[in-house]
Amino acid sequence: MLHTVNKSPFEKTALASCLRLAKAGSAILLIEDGVYAALQGTKVSDEVAAKMKDLSFYVLGPDVAARGLSDKPLIDGIKSVDYAGFVDLVAEHETSTAWL
Amino acid sequence: MVDFDDDGPEAVKRFMYLNRKAPYGTIYALETLEKILVAAAFEQDVSVVFVDDGVYQIKKGQNTGGIGMKNFSPTFRALDGYDVEKLYVERESLEARGMSEEDLIVDVEVVSTEQLQDIMAAQDVIMSS
Repeated sequence: MLHTVNKSPFEKTALASCLRLAKAGSAILLIEDGVYAALQGTKVSDEVAAKMKDLSFYVLGPDVAARGLSDKPLIDGIKSVDYAGFVDLVAEHETSTAWL
Repeated sequence: MVDFDDDGPEAVKRFMYLNRKAPYGTIYALETLEKILVAAAFEQDVSVVFVDDGVYQIKKGQNTGGIGMKNFSPTFRALDGYDVEKLYVERESLEARGMSEEDLIVDVEVVSTEQLQDIMAAQDVIMSS
């Protein structure tokens, strides 16, 4: 299953709930304000990194760039994708769900 | 693209409605309830889940007279009549809010986080709000 998260982890619990309820083997794509969760050195970095063995993480590059974050290192193992990559992820997974 | 003709009128999909928002602060909860009723009208296999603040949607004793909004919580009790019988609540969400099954307006199955992961994995479509 593909899970998208579009809220900042510092304002909403969408990411925390997603990480709690995503089954091992799922993919997580961080988009819009969700991309703030992809950076190293934040309050939630460790929580994301701890899930790296069970879940695959992606971040939407254009949303990172739009927020001036391209010079910030991503948490190790998070892959940056473009919009075509977003489409590929949706096509590769049987179901998708959006954590709003 | 969904092509209803290909599968014929009997095609049934497993739809899950994942409720994560409290009832009156935003319109999400009421709109999701409307969507549930639509899916039920089309005789789909519907599961309704309450997690996070979504558990507040089915708190007993809601009285909206003072805020000028419709109290839609009794409608959850009517879902049974539309053959929507699979209502799940995550135990962790309930306990985090100091609530128990006795606080709820409708009969639900209280499930663990792990059980809910499996129920989600078995769906064709998940609508989250």
